[in-house]
Amino acid sequence: MILQKLTDIKSSEITPVQLFNDRRSFLQLTAGISALATLPPVLAAAEKFSDIKKSSYVLKDKSTPYESVTGYNNFYEFGTDKEDPAKHAGTLKTRPWTVTVEGEVHKPKTFDIDDLLKLAPLEERIYRLRCVEGWSMVVPWVGFSLAELLKQVEPTGNAKFVEFATLLDPIQMPGQHTRVLDWPYREGLRLDEALHPLTLLAIGLYGEVLPNQNGAPIRLVVPWKYGFKSAKSIVRIRLTEQQPRTTWNDSAPAEYGFYSNVNPEVDHPRWTQAKERRIGEFLKRPTLPFNGYADQVAQLYAGMDLKKNF
Amino acid sequence: MIGLCVDAIKDALGANPIEEITHTTGWWTLTFLMIVLAVTPLQKLSGWPWVVRFRRTLGLFAFFYASLHFLTYFVLDQFFDWEAIVHDIVKRPYITVGFFAFVLMAVLAATSTNVMIRRMGGKTWHQLHRLVYVIAVAGVVHFWWLVKKDIHEPAEFAVVLAVLLGFRIVWTLRKR
Repeated sequence: MILQKLTDIKSSEITPVQLFNDRRSFLQLTAGISALATLPPVLAAAEKFSDIKKSSYVLKDKSTPYESVTGYNNFYEFGTDKEDPAKHAGTLKTRPWTVTVEGEVHKPKTFDIDDLLKLAPLEERIYRLRCVEGWSMVVPWVGFSLAELLKQVEPTGNAKFVEFATLLDPIQMPGQHTRVLDWPYREGLRLDEALHPLTLLAIGLYGEVLPNQNGAPIRLVVPWKYGFKSAKSIVRIRLTEQQPRTTWNDSAPAEYGFYSNVNPEVDHPRWTQAKERRIGEFLKRPTLPFNGYADQVAQLYAGMDLKKNF
Repeated sequence: MIGLCVDAIKDALGANPIEEITHTTGWWTLTFLMIVLAVTPLQKLSGWPWVVRFRRTLGLFAFFYASLHFLTYFVLDQFFDWEAIVHDIVKRPYITVGFFAFVLMAVLAATSTNVMIRRMGGKTWHQLHRLVYVIAVAGVVHFWWLVKKDIHEPAEFAVVLAVLLGFRIVWTLRKR
């Protein structure tokens, strides 16, 4: 298993500061006004982190523009249109926020979000994100490996899976009044997938605090799986012996599997997965096995029939 | 259409403009189909004879938007990738149904002229153009089958279509 140290992002690819700031202030205006009214001033969205290390997780691919990353989202808790989360996520209160870690662990604990921010050094990781619908982005996340958190709670010998749950609060998340999905949103990973260094707990993007519509204040990013596996606005992490039920699998078991590894050779029953539209690009591009992370994760599935275990 | 062009120029089509254009052209196709199917009920309920004159134009508008929708898919989405397109039509049920509807629309558009009506004879022409019912149903099914989870948009069209077809069912039963 070789982790290649790719060249850093070219300086020509960095979003010009003025454009970046213009976009940021526009988004703050449209999505943040009500949130800013309720949040303590210290933790307004789009606040920058002061000490982020660059990691070896960089890509030759161009990063997706900030306004697309924060303006084109699937977050049905705030509406089912792509522009809905940016428009409506202002009602999400990201402080106070806790994440309860429980289940098959020796040291269950409820963490305050501000303690979680200090749990491990914050890194910038540039990952591909591939939606099951057939579009993709490249996002520079800020966070640390989920493994760092799981180390703290010490999984027992019975722990085989990790379950994640998103906040359940229809007042903050008005989309939860609808029954488009069963709430709260739940996802899950096998323990070895959860412990893999690639699996990221993200608390920011583009060097600043995670915008509400991107799953604030803390979310999962599992870049080799379809985007719906990367649960947002997490409040509970539970280690289990049995494979957990997951929201999309419950909603359409023939279409969304537990593993949902990105695989151009396994189509969605209703559309092909062989190609994807990289947001910002015109032509479609071929989808890569494991979203281009095969070198790092393929061995987790050695001997598995990936058509059956989709 | 003008809205789309203006938006395209303003770069206001969003992060996934091709998806937006596909969706908008499809929506207008279905909307014009519904308007076409509303003409006869409107004429019968209101007694206004002149509405029927617009039916052909409205039908051709529907075909215009359907063509744009198909071209968007063919050119912008698949970029002339014949193999992928044929594969889609054959293997993806929602595309099979959509393409089927489009082909039928092309037949109706081609036979929409006065010359064709005369050539075919009124009765045959009429029977052929009843295919508009099949097209409308296929269009709604196409939309329903492609939506990931939130079916409220295709469901709205389905309700409208059910009402418009319901008129015909009632009148046919009454005639017996």
